[in-house]
Amino acid sequence: MAAPKNRVLPGFRLTLGYTILYLSLIVLIPLAAVFWKTCTLSWGQFYQVITSPQALAAYRLSFGAALLAAALNAVFGLIVAWVLVRYQFFGKKLVDALVDLPFALPTAVAGITLATLYAPDGWIGQCFAPLGIKISFTRLGVLVALTFIGLPFIVRTVQPILEDFDPEIEEAAASLGANRWQIFWRVILPTLSPALLTGFALAFARALGEYGSVVFISSNIPMKTQIVPLLIMTKLEQFDYAGATALAVVMLVFSFALLLAINVLQWWTNRYNHTGLS
Amino acid sequence: MTTAASRLPQMPPPAHPRSTTESPFVRGLLIGVALLFLGLFLFLPLISVFVQAFAKGIGFYLRTLSDPMAWSAIKLTLIAAGISVPLNCVFGVAAAWAIAKFDFRGKNLLLTLIDLPFSISPVISGLIYVLVFGAQGWLGLYENADKPWFPWLANWLNDHDFHIIFAVPGIVLATIFVTFPFVARELIPLMQAQGRTEEEAARVLGASGWQTFWRVTLPNIKWGLLYGVILCNARAMGEFGAVSVVSGHIRGQTNTIPLHVEILYDEYNFTGAFAMASVLAFLALVTLALKLWIERKNAALHAAAE
Repeated sequence: MAAPKNRVLPGFRLTLGYTILYLSLIVLIPLAAVFWKTCTLSWGQFYQVITSPQALAAYRLSFGAALLAAALNAVFGLIVAWVLVRYQFFGKKLVDALVDLPFALPTAVAGITLATLYAPDGWIGQCFAPLGIKISFTRLGVLVALTFIGLPFIVRTVQPILEDFDPEIEEAAASLGANRWQIFWRVILPTLSPALLTGFALAFARALGEYGSVVFISSNIPMKTQIVPLLIMTKLEQFDYAGATALAVVMLVFSFALLLAINVLQWWTNRYNHTGLS
Repeated sequence: MTTAASRLPQMPPPAHPRSTTESPFVRGLLIGVALLFLGLFLFLPLISVFVQAFAKGIGFYLRTLSDPMAWSAIKLTLIAAGISVPLNCVFGVAAAWAIAKFDFRGKNLLLTLIDLPFSISPVISGLIYVLVFGAQGWLGLYENADKPWFPWLANWLNDHDFHIIFAVPGIVLATIFVTFPFVARELIPLMQAQGRTEEEAARVLGASGWQTFWRVTLPNIKWGLLYGVILCNARAMGEFGAVSVVSGHIRGQTNTIPLHVEILYDEYNFTGAFAMASVLAFLALVTLALKLWIERKNAALHAAAE
């Protein structure tokens, strides 16, 4: 254990004080305004806003599309991470670097680009149009946008664990008679699962709040293709601040619950990692 | 035993050579699936931004970018990033110093709170500032405010016609909020890993607090700091949702580059929208390149240290 007080180094009060002051001014006090504003509604009004048919449809789309996008990313992200760690192929370094693109590319740019690409006359959309599948301006479009923005999370959480994975464990399983599929399911996947779950939760949390890319690719029709952040935006534009805030509270409560879950998952991942290394 | 045996070249190959690796067919299939997925979701969108931007030729492209409205959007984006990045940088260093160099209660709570802006929807990030500074907000800045909490402040702001929401200060505040954790979350683990022995040695040898920071700590964290600044800057320049809520979309006054992209797109000026978007896409590529460069540099430093 470290000493409870460290007085050799200066600046503890200054830096901690500044940290707390800045955090309060920028994050905590404005965030408290949300809960304060909700108090101007009675319970009945609050309940009515957050359970209106339009809000319920928006939750369904937001949660459904975010879950599906995170699941898609879990499957394909795992394959991408696997390929990047285990195989050699032409252009691998470039591919590895570009995986982070959704973190760096502004969401508005992603939105207009995906909307154009997946439109019926777009590069990708025209391959699906003859099959009668419309992507842009439908719920499928929302899924595409959310998959794009969540893509790096799984790859970047699984990749380091896969890199540290000791090949001797696989060799041991092979010598005991396991085939490749059994080794993957029973040896590799369980080791990866905390990281996979963390990545899944991160991608899901990000997708749940996403606004910029979705507004362009979705047709934003209430009850059909309207996500929760967009419903909040619509209420704001109608100066219905109390209604917007009520929905914001619902989303914030989910965000905080997810944040807690992610922290627990990360702690679990780290523990797995350390036992794997020791 | 198998592992030891397989390392000896003269020994026969292990009993199940295919159990520790995939067949060439499966390898090819997996690489194909990964590249197809990335192609549909990453590479084609990236290429298409630039193709669409130049769809009407280089002349149209340059005209879009030299439009006065585009210029004012670029200027405002630079202002917002120019204020928010240094502020969050100072905060990041201060928070990392307090958290990494000292022990105190509630450290984990503080860490969680610092990460909070990452888990909040951009729309809500903008909304909270509207609730504080907006027409019916906490500070009640306008004449028609319900009950201003600080009447003197409201009066002063009204007298000086100083607007926060639907004006530049609101955009700067929203940008600060969404980029809040970037530098701190880069520096905290780095400084925690470095410990405090070097700083303690400097202090014992007679260096002042500032000397210790400038000559010992800063050289140790400079790459991590730069890394955080680059990510912070990319988000600051590209933020759309939060800024959209507080901007009020006044052309030539409260439009940033992403908001200008939206306006051009909504006017069906697709080529113009992609021309503006290509500026941001180029910035994203520069960010990725710098990020890669710093990661290489760091790996080289680590290799040298070991």
